[in-house]
Amino acid sequence: MTDPVLSVQGLTVEIPGRRGILRPVDDVSFDIAAGEILGVVGESGAGKSMTGNAVIGLLDPPARISAGQVMLKGEPIHTTKGDAIRRIRGKRMGMIFQDPLTSLNPLLTIGDQLTETILQHLDVSEPEARRRAMTALDDVGIPAVEDRIDSYPHQFSGGMRQRVVIALALCAEPEVVIADEPTTALDVSVQAQVLALLKRLCREKGLAVMLITHDMGVIAETADRVAVMYAGRMAELGPVRDVVTVAHHPYTAGLMASTPDASRGEARLRQIPGSMPRLGNLPAGCPFHPRCDRVGEKCRHDPRPDLSVDGGRAACWFPLTEKAET
Amino acid sequence: MLAFTIRRVGQSILVLLVTGFVAFSMFTYVGDPIDNMLGQERTQADIERLRDQLGLDQPFFVQYWNFLKEAAQGNFGLSYRQGRPVGEILVERLPATLELAFVSGLMALIGGIGLGIFTAIRKSGALSSSIMALSLIGVSLPTFLIGVLLIYIFAVELGWLPSFGRGQVVDLGFWTTGFLTVSGLKALILPAITLGLYQMTLIMRLVRTEMLEVLRTDYIRFARARGLRERAINFRHALKNTLVPVITVTGLQLGSIIAFAIITETVFQWPGVGLLFINAIQFVDIPVMAAYLMMISVMFVGINLIVDLLYFAIDPRLRVDRSAAKGH
Amino acid sequence: MTDTPDHRPPEMQARPSRLRRAWESDFIYSFTRSPVAMVSAFVVVVLVLGAVFAPLIAPYDPFNPASLNLMNGFTPPGTANQFTGDVFVMGSDDQGRDVFSTILYGMRISLFVGFAAVLLAMTIGVTLGLIAAYVGGWVETIIMRIADVQLTFPAILVAMLIFGIAQGITPPEYRDQVAIWVLILAIGLSDWVQFARVVRGATLVEKNREYVQAARLVGRSGNAIMLRHILPNVLNPVLVIATISLALAIIAEATLSFLGVGAPPTKPSLGTLIRIGQEFMFSGEWWILIFPSATLLALALSINLLGDWLRDALNPKLRA
Repeated sequence: MTDPVLSVQGLTVEIPGRRGILRPVDDVSFDIAAGEILGVVGESGAGKSMTGNAVIGLLDPPARISAGQVMLKGEPIHTTKGDAIRRIRGKRMGMIFQDPLTSLNPLLTIGDQLTETILQHLDVSEPEARRRAMTALDDVGIPAVEDRIDSYPHQFSGGMRQRVVIALALCAEPEVVIADEPTTALDVSVQAQVLALLKRLCREKGLAVMLITHDMGVIAETADRVAVMYAGRMAELGPVRDVVTVAHHPYTAGLMASTPDASRGEARLRQIPGSMPRLGNLPAGCPFHPRCDRVGEKCRHDPRPDLSVDGGRAACWFPLTEKAET
Repeated sequence: MLAFTIRRVGQSILVLLVTGFVAFSMFTYVGDPIDNMLGQERTQADIERLRDQLGLDQPFFVQYWNFLKEAAQGNFGLSYRQGRPVGEILVERLPATLELAFVSGLMALIGGIGLGIFTAIRKSGALSSSIMALSLIGVSLPTFLIGVLLIYIFAVELGWLPSFGRGQVVDLGFWTTGFLTVSGLKALILPAITLGLYQMTLIMRLVRTEMLEVLRTDYIRFARARGLRERAINFRHALKNTLVPVITVTGLQLGSIIAFAIITETVFQWPGVGLLFINAIQFVDIPVMAAYLMMISVMFVGINLIVDLLYFAIDPRLRVDRSAAKGH
Repeated sequence: MTDTPDHRPPEMQARPSRLRRAWESDFIYSFTRSPVAMVSAFVVVVLVLGAVFAPLIAPYDPFNPASLNLMNGFTPPGTANQFTGDVFVMGSDDQGRDVFSTILYGMRISLFVGFAAVLLAMTIGVTLGLIAAYVGGWVETIIMRIADVQLTFPAILVAMLIFGIAQGITPPEYRDQVAIWVLILAIGLSDWVQFARVVRGATLVEKNREYVQAARLVGRSGNAIMLRHILPNVLNPVLVIATISLALAIIAEATLSFLGVGAPPTKPSLGTLIRIGQEFMFSGEWWILIFPSATLLALALSINLLGDWLRDALNPKLRA
């Protein structure tokens, strides 16, 4: 594999609180290469979005990066502040938010919002910026761009709006795109279209895409590799095909079993018993052990495992190395 | 939008009819309407002619209609106190009030929006905290007390500014202005601050609350994630969205400036319509009170309508575009 | 339900628990945690007590001509009365009246007018709001239209107008005598709309709740349902508005009196005192102006702050 575009090493985010310091993201590492989609999956509160925000430098104080590094083409950006990081956002890293209804400014036309972003980052004239805005809209499959560029967001449907959001994230030609639950707020029929679009753009433009979702189905369909997060930590990391075939971490296996899949033809979905512990109240040892059916003494007492215990694949003392019997 | 506008115009007409009714009732039932119209020097013939002309023997609604017709032409009879036509007195006094209201309104608007943005952007700074604390006192302080204290400090103790009147005014024929002389401008400072301060604090607090709300929205986060400059985010993206709800309240506040001018004008003996109104109440000068009521309701209704239209201009979501209207 | 029977006499059963519940409630907790609320409440209590017990506290009776002497006029603060040797703590005015005493008595009038006006506004507003919501139809339309029209104008303007009309109706020789009552009427009538709107809104919500429907099914009459079931539920917002209205009413009274269209000089309220004080500002007798002004400011500010706190305390959703 070529050098990764985005490389995250040991990233840790801390929020100082009244009852001590919380770590919503704890020692997270992954790489994304050009033209690759890394899916980041987990329950809500697992630290997926926080990881995305930390990478692009949009943590809301008092949350802050306390350890680890974020490298963009080998250049560290986690310490970059102010104007310098602002020039990276949008220009080299784009971000797509969950709800297209609320992520567009209702009072500005989509053309205004696009040209504004292009003019901010690229050294082009205004007519040229507008021409590029049209190309960007065309790229994401907005029909009749000429007619629609001066429309306001409320004049688009939800799926079209999310396409506009993607165009906005990509209009300054970034190398990395962080897509935070880009299809969660959309109708199921539109979800597939938007995912296909994302995948196409990733291949065509050689983007490194970090796709954050809680939906294992989305990952299976779209991503090349997957990172499973649990309680702020990496539970498993590997190529999607491998992980889907044989999940090493019991949590991943549980996630897969609880995803509806017509081909399996099961009458009932499985559930993982219990719920994810709250951040201020993590159990000792492996954070998943109270819910795990393979739990052993090691899980309860030894320091929490990291990916290295399973050869860089799963943070588990007793990985499921062969296909789990369902 | 058309239906909305029609409804608003309907409401405005209702307001005018109701205040017209109140003014008419005052005119007809409080005191003697013949006195109202003719003043002290009158002959029996005058009275007869006027009784006939006013149609005092006619049914109620006919009288009401006649009153409205006269009022629409600015004819409110004679002032008890001055014996002159009320319409004439009002026109003579109006420039003083409008100039004062204009300057205070401008101050309230610029100061209020500016400070509101500042305290919203620098949410936790020491300066904005003290501005917020001061504004709470500003909201609680009665207007007249602000005026009196300003006079005490700047006119009595320091002697920098005049404590009453309009200073020297220039008569332009249809309008007297204090804007063109130094003494006129100096005389304007204290009354304008007095009148504008309360509205300014209200607008400021409102802008701050709305702006903080807007800065938390997704589209501001998205704008940040696109690497736009803070200035563009605060002023281009956040401010415009902040102003949508602010406009309604602000518009109404500016309207009430004209009403609150009554207080300021009395404190500073400013020769406008507000002082005229207070004197009218003190001397039970019914025609002046009725006329003032009609005048101010026309102004209020006009301002409300303008605010509504402005709302359409700034928020595209309210503009129903043609394609949608055709059943898109 | 497995409540063990309580054998104590009934008055002993309910009282302590209810008191304790009130004490332990969030309401009291948030009060003890808010220095602003506590200081404001303290200032309000001191001022109200001062006004209520003015005849006991005030060194002089400013309305008793026998105790006045023009020779005592314009005594600066802290200087002794030429005849009795008592000290004028806040000085005396042009007629030799003790400023401290006139403030106490003036505050009585200000607070009386304020409370009475709010009570009037509350009675009218709550009644009309309940009727509008409960009767509906054209009754509701008329009430709410009147409210809309009145809301177009600032309350102070409406109050001035009502005062002016009432003065016009009253024969001149009675005007000073009835001025206080006219003032209460004017301020009360200018301020009912807020109450009516909130009560109507809350009632419309409560009206469709199951317990009201249930009460209806049991066959309670309309009045009984309104009073027993709905009224207690709209009391919180009414209480908040009443507190803020009180501050506004006191300011309105002071403003009208200051403008000379309120309490007459024979029965001076704080506003009238400031009006009087303003005349002596230029000649250097600042105390006649400053002390009544400071009192009014303290009163209005602390009631306002208390109202702000009350709004937050009673409505946790508004707490940001």
